[in-house]
Amino acid sequence: MNTIRVVVVALGLIAGIGIVRGQSATDPIKIGFMVPLSGANAQNGRDILNGFVMLLEEAGYQAGGRRIQLIVEDDEGIPAVGLTKARKLVERDQVHMMGGPLLASSAYAIAPYIDSQQIPMVYPVASGDDLTQRRRSKWIVRTGYTSSQPNHPFGEYAYQTMKMRRIATIALDYAFGWESVGGFERTFEEQGGQITKKLWVPLSVHDFGPYLAQLSRDLDGVYALFLGRTALQFMRQYQEYGLKGRVQLIGMGTTTDEHVLPAMGDEATGVVTALHYSGALDTPANRKFAAAYRARFKRVPSYYSESMYTGGKWLLAAIEALNGKVEDRGVLLDAIRKATPSDLPRGPVTIDEYGNPIENIYVRRVDRVNGELQNTVIATLPAVSQFWKYNPAEYLKQPLYAR
Amino acid sequence: MGVRRLVVVALAVVLLVAPFVFSSYWVGLLTEITILAMLAMSLDILLGYTGLPSLGHASLFGVAAYAVGVFSTTYHMGFWSCVLGGIVVGVLLSAAIGLVVSHVRDVYFLMITLAIGMVLWGLSYRWIPVTGGDNGLSGIPRLEVHAGLPFAGPNTFYYIALAVFATSALAIAILVRSPFGLTLRGIRENEARMKSLGFNTWLHCYLSFIVSGFFASVAGILWAYYNGFVSPTYLDLTASSELFLMVTLGGPSTLIGPVLGAGAIVLLKNVMSAYTARWLLILGIVYIVAILAAPRGVWNLGDRGSG
Repeated sequence: MNTIRVVVVALGLIAGIGIVRGQSATDPIKIGFMVPLSGANAQNGRDILNGFVMLLEEAGYQAGGRRIQLIVEDDEGIPAVGLTKARKLVERDQVHMMGGPLLASSAYAIAPYIDSQQIPMVYPVASGDDLTQRRRSKWIVRTGYTSSQPNHPFGEYAYQTMKMRRIATIALDYAFGWESVGGFERTFEEQGGQITKKLWVPLSVHDFGPYLAQLSRDLDGVYALFLGRTALQFMRQYQEYGLKGRVQLIGMGTTTDEHVLPAMGDEATGVVTALHYSGALDTPANRKFAAAYRARFKRVPSYYSESMYTGGKWLLAAIEALNGKVEDRGVLLDAIRKATPSDLPRGPVTIDEYGNPIENIYVRRVDRVNGELQNTVIATLPAVSQFWKYNPAEYLKQPLYAR
Repeated sequence: MGVRRLVVVALAVVLLVAPFVFSSYWVGLLTEITILAMLAMSLDILLGYTGLPSLGHASLFGVAAYAVGVFSTTYHMGFWSCVLGGIVVGVLLSAAIGLVVSHVRDVYFLMITLAIGMVLWGLSYRWIPVTGGDNGLSGIPRLEVHAGLPFAGPNTFYYIALAVFATSALAIAILVRSPFGLTLRGIRENEARMKSLGFNTWLHCYLSFIVSGFFASVAGILWAYYNGFVSPTYLDLTASSELFLMVTLGGPSTLIGPVLGAGAIVLLKNVMSAYTARWLLILGIVYIVAILAAPRGVWNLGDRGSG
């Protein structure tokens, strides 16, 4: 019976040894990286990590004449855990720069800490609008997008090109949903369209029946925002309820993103969504990226996969520009902000003064090509800013999109 | 007893000198441990001493943290108003919930606290104008700055947390050894007999719930200041069940057991995840082995009978 006590003491000792060992000379450049690798968002986190690993492998884990060490942490998709992991990466591993996280809630939680520690960081995915708007941080450069960013032009596209007038929305009930739907609603209604109904579905939803029953059959379209499991189930039930073929389904890009698309069937064909990337984007840079990603990971690249492949290029470009002298964090931050990587899978990207990309938004339609579903790009809306056509100063005076 | 006394003394020494020996990262982890240990001890009052298994305890902790978050960021209130506000909100909430839950025992208590915990979690998630919803509230000032202390930095915060932890531990230890605490244990062992002896068992359970809520609130206030933000994950079911595990793993109705449980879980999670991606698997095995080998908690090993 004393063995357990011995184990407890031994664990304490092991922890103690870990503490005393401490830091050695920092030869390689250390990049800290955190995404959820367990829990409900593990697959999306894994995709982000895969893209980054592929980029670093292509670079031979070297840049600016120095070796690069990647230190990965699992933030579990829980903000408080994310903060603990960020502390670990900064204070124990003493990383020079960081990348991650996936969820906006984690991103908001660690931002004040990143600012106080002055660690340059790229946010490849977390899309909470205010991260680069009303609550932006000096030390964080977002290489992803804001939730409303693809939806502003998509609202106009739905009205002008798709000739939709009356639309209902159905979306996951959290900030990502509110901001996406908010952006879409704003431009769609400014054009003269009408959102007849906004349905909000809890993240824990198991049956879409009660929601689908509320959708009228004489609408021009239904805008849906889901991801992962919920996207799969929604798509299936949308067909089962006889809505597919009667009411055109459109939505946010995550609803048909490649992280779930291979698991969908014909119920998904014809759905039109908007995002800043498509695995089927037909450009030389993306064909090369997608082929390499498939060969390496046996999966179609999703927008998550592309996110840190591209985001990591800002870090590598900055390291190259500084010839590996990344110790001065202020200089490093400037170098990241000034970096202009080209030949990106998603097309041209520039970072605005708020730290958010100006990039193409693609309108994609799900088609079956060679037996496989893909997001065929049917329109390219070039150089879209997070503020769309609005004046940034006035835009920021308005409240954040909410329910 | 010798081994146990040795462990307690060793722990106390490590906690006291930690900032002089360890790097800031480890001091940060120890800060987390002291705060969560305080929370685990507060649950031990209910679970261990009164025999009321709560699966919604993290919600009391979380609501106090939210009170600090709202008072300090939305209303820009001073330090002591935030602290007092957090405690008042936490205690009032416990008093209100206690009215409902103190009537039931065992698995019914488990289920009703679980349900109330989910309701409070839902509230934190959906009452967006106040709580910020899923994104939570960030920008809570640093405790040292907010309180206007002449010192700042992680070590200062650590010692404050340690002092609050030590005070709470002492208070709880005195409480459970008092006649009131003995009555609670009596209720745990045989409520019918306590009733026939003339004790108002409902009132004792009710007070036990409020006292437990008070210490959970104190921990919640420190947690809000430590992290600088509040989020619905503070009071979700995962948080409550992890807390439950800390107490059962360490040993209910020992006080020191939950402290060890909190320390073991925080350290296991953070140390192992740095070395292997399969850390959840290891954590699961540790739980199973611990429950099989020490069903009454690690600290109760070798004991027969009284807790």
